[in-house]
Amino acid sequence: MAEVLVLAELNPAGGGVRKTTLEALTAARALGEPSAVVIAAPGTAAGIKDALAEYGAATVYVAEAAEVDEFLVAPKAEVLAQLVQEKSPAAVVIPSSPEGKEIAARLAIKVGSGFLTDVTEIAADGTATQVAFAGSVIVHSKVTAGTPIYTLRGNSVTPEPAPAAGAEQAVSVSISDAAKGAKVTDRVVEQKSSRPELTEAAIVVSGGRGVASAENFSIIEGLADSLGAAVGASRAAVDSGFYPHSFQVGQTGKTVSPQLYVAVGISGAIQHRAGMQTSKTIVAINKDPEAPIFELADFGVIGDLNAVVPAATELITARK
Amino acid sequence: MNIVVLVKQVPDSGSERKMDPADNTVARAAADNVVNEIDEYAIEEALVVKEAQGGEVTVLTVGPDSATDAIRKALSMGADKAVHVSDEAIKGSDAVQVSAVLAAALGQLEYDLIICGAEATDSQMSVMPALLAERLGLPQLSGARKLTVDGGVARIERQTDGGYWAVEAPLPAIVSTWDTINEPRYPSFKGIMAAKKKPVETKSLADLGVDASTVGLASATTQVLDFAGRPPKGEGVKVTDEGDGAQKFVDFLAGQKIV
Repeated sequence: MAEVLVLAELNPAGGGVRKTTLEALTAARALGEPSAVVIAAPGTAAGIKDALAEYGAATVYVAEAAEVDEFLVAPKAEVLAQLVQEKSPAAVVIPSSPEGKEIAARLAIKVGSGFLTDVTEIAADGTATQVAFAGSVIVHSKVTAGTPIYTLRGNSVTPEPAPAAGAEQAVSVSISDAAKGAKVTDRVVEQKSSRPELTEAAIVVSGGRGVASAENFSIIEGLADSLGAAVGASRAAVDSGFYPHSFQVGQTGKTVSPQLYVAVGISGAIQHRAGMQTSKTIVAINKDPEAPIFELADFGVIGDLNAVVPAATELITARK
Repeated sequence: MNIVVLVKQVPDSGSERKMDPADNTVARAAADNVVNEIDEYAIEEALVVKEAQGGEVTVLTVGPDSATDAIRKALSMGADKAVHVSDEAIKGSDAVQVSAVLAAALGQLEYDLIICGAEATDSQMSVMPALLAERLGLPQLSGARKLTVDGGVARIERQTDGGYWAVEAPLPAIVSTWDTINEPRYPSFKGIMAAKKKPVETKSLADLGVDASTVGLASATTQVLDFAGRPPKGEGVKVTDEGDGAQKFVDFLAGQKIV
């Protein structure tokens, strides 16, 4: 069976691979037999090899060197290009993080391929599905030059175990000077959160302008915590200073596609819809019955969020 | 400090955007076209660096004739001059092909810094800085929420989930900016009037030495097979809260087996 290279994405907070990697391994199985590629600091692969094997990696290529983390993006693209040239895989699948998309781009130039970003599905014949224009258009595309390269949008595919050998194969790493241009001198975490990461979360609860203040976002956080959800915010809420920018969902923020999206006090401008329209189930709570968010909602509550949200939080907590 | 700012004209993300069924490309001719919103932050950042360190800001765009509107906007904000790559053969090109055209155009310009927006609202790929860094052999400083340029070194804070990475590189380098980096200025009346007299050089593929057969739909590295409007969602349930809204919401979640 044809080999498909899957780049492993590590959890930035430590503690193994991101779920997006398991999703990518699952999606890659439509095209052939996945091999995982670990390009990371020395000592990384040992801790994640079992998870990669459990989700279908027949081979785990291990390219470990301190330099790949010391410089931005370019070293990883270089190592991956070297592997593509050696193994001639049927395709490459990369989780669709900002870094993943940039690796895909550089890889495409290096190996003379086309690439498709943020695909939500890959068919056996290589046809990929993408959503465009704020989720309003569904597009089917194909790579027509070189080895197809895809980046897979998080939460598009349900990870399914398919135990495989996970045979470790060391890859020698030599990074060119050209790839050492942009040096990462520090990695700073400003907001430590016990909540799930926004783009990975199964449930997202977002607040908008209707929340009315930064302090009042505590009711959004309360509902999120009762559901084990991530917290998001509309651009209006971020621009008003209610919640930090890194939680912004929308055209100029994060794109999320959770099982459940709860929009609280969000009118549903295109800017916001662009970031959440592909969520499986959408609930809206808004006092304005004409708010466009209700057009998307599977379930809508017309009412005062200050009454509905705390009451719902209490009811959900009581069910546990 | 000479800076090239890359600007893209896109269909307004606040209005309805369409694909053209004739060739499965973005329907740009009939769209309400504007400067890609995040590019305004890139223009602002270039002006800030220029104002501190001197030099010139050149706007570079690839696009149809209508893209002159985007150029004028950048010039009215304060950029000094512009290069507009316009050639019928480019229509339908994908990101890989456009990066080749931009790289060729950049090869004819002098710069210490290239700045662009981190993402275009039409394609949402966020890959042009990486593609250009790869083609031009430049350091990639992408996804910046902060930029400082000092002593031949550019330093950025690359925005990440819940924080940032500090990244630095010697000049020349390519930087991309998010909308967290600054607050773009509005063009003044004086700026708008001055922009009309600023030089805009139009270049064809032949001027850039790019073979026209390597760009456009026919030689694209990816192909859109088909597209369709997202199937409309079935009519959802809407209730008015009469003290029971929370209960009905939780009942709905329970029905979906979410709680």
